[in-house]
Amino acid sequence: MTESTPKIRLRGVDKAFGAKVVLSGMDLDVGVGESVVVIGGSGTGKSVMLKCILGLLKPERGSIEVDGKEVLGIGAKERERVNNKIGMLFQGAALFDSLPVWENVAFGLLAQHLVSRPQAKEVALSKLAQVGLGADVGELWPAELSGGMQKRVALARAIAADPEIIFFDEPTTGLDPIMADVINDLIVKITREVGATALSITHDMASARKIANRIAMLHEGKIIWAGPTSKIDESGDACVDQFINGHADGPIKMAVRA
Amino acid sequence: MNFLQPIGRIFLAFLATAGHLIMFTVTAVGSCARPPYYPRMILRQMLDIGYYSLPVVGLTALFAGMVLALQSYTGFARFSAEGAVANVVVLSITRELGPVLAGLMVAGRIGASMAAEIGTMRVTEQIDALTTLSTNPLKYLVVPRLIAGLMMFPFLVLVADIIGVFGGYVVAVYKLGFNASNYIQRTYDFLQAEDVNSGLVKAAVFGVIVTLMGCYHGYHSKGGAQGVGAATTNAVVSACILILCFDYILTEMFFAK
Ligand SMILES: Nc1ncnc2c1ncn2[C@@H]1O[C@H](COP(=O)(O)OP(=O)(O)OP(=O)(O)O)[C@@H](O)[C@H]1O
Ligand SMILES: [Mg+2]
Repeated sequence: MTESTPKIRLRGVDKAFGAKVVLSGMDLDVGVGESVVVIGGSGTGKSVMLKCILGLLKPERGSIEVDGKEVLGIGAKERERVNNKIGMLFQGAALFDSLPVWENVAFGLLAQHLVSRPQAKEVALSKLAQVGLGADVGELWPAELSGGMQKRVALARAIAADPEIIFFDEPTTGLDPIMADVINDLIVKITREVGATALSITHDMASARKIANRIAMLHEGKIIWAGPTSKIDESGDACVDQFINGHADGPIKMAVRA
Repeated sequence: MNFLQPIGRIFLAFLATAGHLIMFTVTAVGSCARPPYYPRMILRQMLDIGYYSLPVVGLTALFAGMVLALQSYTGFARFSAEGAVANVVVLSITRELGPVLAGLMVAGRIGASMAAEIGTMRVTEQIDALTTLSTNPLKYLVVPRLIAGLMMFPFLVLVADIIGVFGGYVVAVYKLGFNASNYIQRTYDFLQAEDVNSGLVKAAVFGVIVTLMGCYHGYHSKGGAQGVGAATTNAVVSACILILCFDYILTEMFFAK
């Protein structure tokens, strides 16, 4: 593998639900060790994009490569190998409510038989500490946590096995501004220091500017602009300008009736 | 010819569902054959199916046996054949009522809770999360339930057989005035291994049906709470219908000679 092979590469990905077209001809590259943030309006298919890469949804057309290897249409064994490299933070946390918090965090470690149970618990508690949750939280059940705490547990679960690639689906929504910044710092640390590749989704532009090397904007099924974070303010794209400044008037029309 | 269209559509939908179900069954049974296994999950399901269903199954069997003795007594009294009560009770309980009643009751209890649990996991993306955490959801969620159902239903039916026959005995001896040792002797003379065995085989089949329906409908539930509700109903209804259907097929295989 050469340096130029992107970690993740999407080409011409089409995904529709019945007659509703969500992605149409989407292209995206995420380089090794890069932190890319995808922004875009609600319901434009950002979460769908992540699920397509993970094989949870099947695109109708296109190609998705991870480490230079096509992952669409691969068998279950290979899929498991690919997914072992990836940690995923779901938008809705998706914690297992039949397991205590620490077992949620340690689930991937235990499933891959990387460590023994006591060791897994130790790792889980240290990952919980990284997202600002104490050891006492580890013994609680997911239903006993607030929404923001669930999100942070899910984040700890996503990074528990130290994956090469991490997907963060709205890591800071539902958190207070201070905790959001702690999480931003954590994501930056994971990508800069550990060298993981991150693909994040966020609506929070402050967070995007902080965690991203590159920002890509998804609109009407395609990436309409992608570039370094420093260039986002002079993108020259009316849609991007409207989105990052949060104006109701502009080329993007929200389907609302007054 | 338009009236044929809806019929055709319903028939096609039925075939599609049957196809899905068969595919699901084949994949699920196929994953039983290969590791990893989850002994904790199997034990938890065995406890849930086997132990916590005992009160329901026991009470059902007790009253079924009691009413059977009472009914057959009033019926046979017309032909002065009251002595056959013991035979009727033991035959009906072991061959039919034990497995079928236990199956139906546990379908309500277990099928519904499995569909609701797995359905909730589906709509809250917990099943997707399993996949991303190097765990095959079929092996983690479905296989332990199938194995537990297959093993615990025969156990439950054995308990139901014993309690059901006991219920008949209680009514016959304490209400209808039968001689206790004669009643037991008649029961014992008429009891054949084949009757019990056929009931246990039925139970194993019903166990697979109930757990499979719970898992299948839960696994494929869509939408939110409403979808999970629909999955629960479908799991129980389809399990009950399939139990009665397979009961006939198995009876035909065992006893039609
Ligand atoms: N399982 C599904 N079945 C049918 N339609 C779906 C499904 N999942 C997503 N969609 C549709 O795909 C579109 C994109 O959904 P997605 O969840 O990717 O949005 P998003 O960009 O992540 O939005 P948000 O920022 O609000 O999370 C939505 O319009 C949604 O209706
Ligand atoms: Mg989303």
